Amino acid sequence: MVIRSLEEEYVKLLRDYLNGPGEDQLYVAQQMGKWLLARNISPEELTDMHGRALEKLGDVPEFVRASFSILTEVMIEYGNEHRSVHSWRSRHQQLEAEMAVAQAMQQTLLPGEIPAYPGLEIGLVSIAAKQMSGDYYDFICQDEERFCLSVADITGKGISAAMCMSMLKYAIDSLREMPLGPDEMLHHLNRIVGRNIDPSMFVTMLYGAYDTRLHSFRYAVAGHEPGFLYRASEKKFADLEGQGSALGLCPSSEYEVREVRLEPGDVLILLTDGVTECKKNRYYLQRDELILHMQAEVGVHAQKMANALYNRLLTLSQFELLDDYTMIVLRRT
Amino acid sequence: MDLFMNTTSQEAEHLVVLGGDIDAHTGPKVKETLMSLANQPGASRILVDLEAVEYMDSTGIGIFIAAMKACKQNGCAFEVQKLSPRVERLFRITGLYEHIAVRKGESE
Repeated sequence: MVIRSLEEEYVKLLRDYLNGPGEDQLYVAQQMGKWLLARNISPEELTDMHGRALEKLGDVPEFVRASFSILTEVMIEYGNEHRSVHSWRSRHQQLEAEMAVAQAMQQTLLPGEIPAYPGLEIGLVSIAAKQMSGDYYDFICQDEERFCLSVADITGKGISAAMCMSMLKYAIDSLREMPLGPDEMLHHLNRIVGRNIDPSMFVTMLYGAYDTRLHSFRYAVAGHEPGFLYRASEKKFADLEGQGSALGLCPSSEYEVREVRLEPGDVLILLTDGVTECKKNRYYLQRDELILHMQAEVGVHAQKMANALYNRLLTLSQFELLDDYTMIVLRRT
Repeated sequence: MDLFMNTTSQEAEHLVVLGGDIDAHTGPKVKETLMSLANQPGASRILVDLEAVEYMDSTGIGIFIAAMKACKQNGCAFEVQKLSPRVERLFRITGLYEHIAVRKGESE
């Protein structure tokens, strides 16, 4: 029925055009082409319809009629390709829908809100370079004055990193009730990660415990990009020291606990390598250049500083994030 | 940038020269080569030359970790040489430096 009325429309269009060619008919033909594509009318069906339309308009010379057999055969190949593209497009849409579900699920692995503690501001910016992020962070409340935090980078991006993240999250959740120091936490996580991920994957992590009574931060590092410590009294940034093998690299790795104490105005910046992988034209941003940017933004609320630094680095990289980006700013008030 | 890779073998010893970018796009080819050498029966030593490597991300580090683990399991020595400062920094931060033999005097 649809085809028949379409065919009538097509005959009318063709007749009008042959009686006096005009731009209007060409425009209608374009629109009809889009309509036919949207309804998956194959090129060979259209060729047949054109042949039938010619027959309705008058006597068709035999050689023209015969030529349609050749054209139809050729169009069948175009039709096959068209159906194949259509099938891939449907599959792609299905995968995108599945990816959106996975992305939403991944979001549930990350904390919904930033906790508030006395005398301490916490700022956070975490942006995925692609749909799925390989960056992980978490705040684990111990009581009203103490919390643990972790920031981690899982090799690669995409689905594999997201699956590894869920394993990491549940491992930390199962260990959080135990009275473990940061070094012991990393020790346990290293064994869990090493047993459960592909040999070519690894996780870098900083795990620490902050006590707002003393404003002390005890932490351990597993192959993670060093953070920064800003001393307000000196007005200077320095690397947050600490080193240890990435999780999953070697089952016997040991980790060392370090401690820093924050004085009023001091700032602790924890990050993933997406921050330092910022590309400025053809060159990567050096840590001393990053410090200059941090110096320019220090002294304001932790969240404001985190936002400002992200905007600066995004502009420097010409709005193209190469890697997942996570920065946590802790500022003692 | 593309990946450059050249392997020369002398009996059970293999030299793999890498250049260009080692990232998520080029990594699978490097991994396939290194893992194939590491799992070759009787392989005694794999030396990877990184002098011409322009860029390496965590995918590259993961490949070296996998190759190192496979070599360890198969009793094969795994070494790297001529790391650029940027790659050397990655090796140091991730702790890989402590687990992979870096040929001395040729890391700069």
